[in-house]
Amino acid sequence: METVNIEVNGRSYSNEVEPRLLLVHYLRDTLGLTGTHVGCDTSSCGACTVLLDGISVKSCTVFAAQAGGHAVTTIEGIGNSGALHPMQEAFWAKHGLQCGFCTPGMIVSCIDLLRRNPDPSDAEIRAGIEGNLCRCTGYENIVRAVRAAAAAMKADEPRRSVAELLPVGAS
Amino acid sequence: MNPFRYERAQSGAAAIAAAQHDGDARFVAGGTNILDLMKIHVEAPSLLVDINRLPLSKIELRGDSVHIGALARLNDVAAHPVVRQAFPMVAIALEQSASPQLRNMASMGGNLLQRTRCAYFRDVAAPCNKRAPGSGCGAIGGENRMEAILGTSERCIATHASDVAVPLVALDAVVNVAGPQGSRSIVLSDFYRLPGATPHLETVLVHGELITGLSVPVLPFGARSTYLKVRDRAQYEFALGSAAVALDIEGGTIRQARLALGGVGTVPWRPRAAEHDLTGAPATRTAFEGAAEAALTGARGYGMNDFKIALAKRTLVRALEMVAA
Repeated sequence: METVNIEVNGRSYSNEVEPRLLLVHYLRDTLGLTGTHVGCDTSSCGACTVLLDGISVKSCTVFAAQAGGHAVTTIEGIGNSGALHPMQEAFWAKHGLQCGFCTPGMIVSCIDLLRRNPDPSDAEIRAGIEGNLCRCTGYENIVRAVRAAAAAMKADEPRRSVAELLPVGAS
Repeated sequence: MNPFRYERAQSGAAAIAAAQHDGDARFVAGGTNILDLMKIHVEAPSLLVDINRLPLSKIELRGDSVHIGALARLNDVAAHPVVRQAFPMVAIALEQSASPQLRNMASMGGNLLQRTRCAYFRDVAAPCNKRAPGSGCGAIGGENRMEAILGTSERCIATHASDVAVPLVALDAVVNVAGPQGSRSIVLSDFYRLPGATPHLETVLVHGELITGLSVPVLPFGARSTYLKVRDRAQYEFALGSAAVALDIEGGTIRQARLALGGVGTVPWRPRAAEHDLTGAPATRTAFEGAAEAALTGARGYGMNDFKIALAKRTLVRALEMVAA
């Protein structure tokens, strides 16, 4: 067993884990944070995307042990029903989802996309979400949502820093 | 996934010592490839030595080379101003690799060691001389649309999967390695082994050796370069064929050329004869087509991948035209 000390959504955890435990299973099964989904388990679909020190990664392709000493942000830490993140607002307003299975990973990826490129073109948005598959929307409304979120986040004065966008009211 | 032991190395020497004492040990950095292979039982290490704490992430100009630490993440290398300015083809190749989440995690050292995507290699129920020496090659005479046409042998036709290794081979990048016997530096084109009779041996590394970084000599005309990747879909797919091209052109005449092909070789493929043919030639389509013929000399199709011979030529010609324009 391996001891991992890990910060998730602003809260510190220490757990004994098997080295082969994947980060996504640690989040879902050990911590009960089931907002992060397992889609393909082969690092293809992006449903399991979380932020590791503010950077998007596929949590099915990271060992929990590798994440030790680092900070993870899941969809639960991005926002909540009382205080949605602008990206969540935009997905809601622009109908950027249908079944919702890909949505947590999609939102986390899109937040990272705007961190790297705050004002992306439609082509850059499409390229930026290449690691996230959606089988419902055909992506059109997801692109609209990201565009709307980019505009909303740019309109915020002063612009919100990435640090502020990370864990919102971690519980 | 099989159980394994996990050690977090605090120094390069400790990492090497840990691996050296266990023949089935593997280093893990980003883990994006080995973790995937462990899930499908192609890899089953007894020990994973996590090297992420080692100070090997720097990207900087040192003298006349750009040094890229083995743990530098693909996205960080692609975004680095020195890399973008000195050799755009490296940044382009990285941006067209995998997906953002994987590029955030995957390391440069690990990328150079990534395994083939050959479906027979990835299926433990199939014959594969690379995975199980002596078991045969399922791809020869099988589903071989994605397989290599250059550098193949009767034992293995698996394509090398890396994008960034292609421009790095063209740039004469040097791989810096530390190991039980000390440190050494290997030019990338000498780092990879052709499959021949021993396709399970892919590089000249010995067990316990650790890639610490890359030194990429600054090419005076490296800024005039590109990487063209042709694939089945526009995003998130491996190459059917790719070309890295850098040209030094003056007054319509090519003074020097650096070329490499990806997606078609068992190793990242440097067509030196084609580079030679272009030296002193006019920068015209006729010259480019001649170079493409030379670059594909010895290419062999295996049925479903016959199309790659024409595709590779056209990819190289188009990349040459893009850089010459």
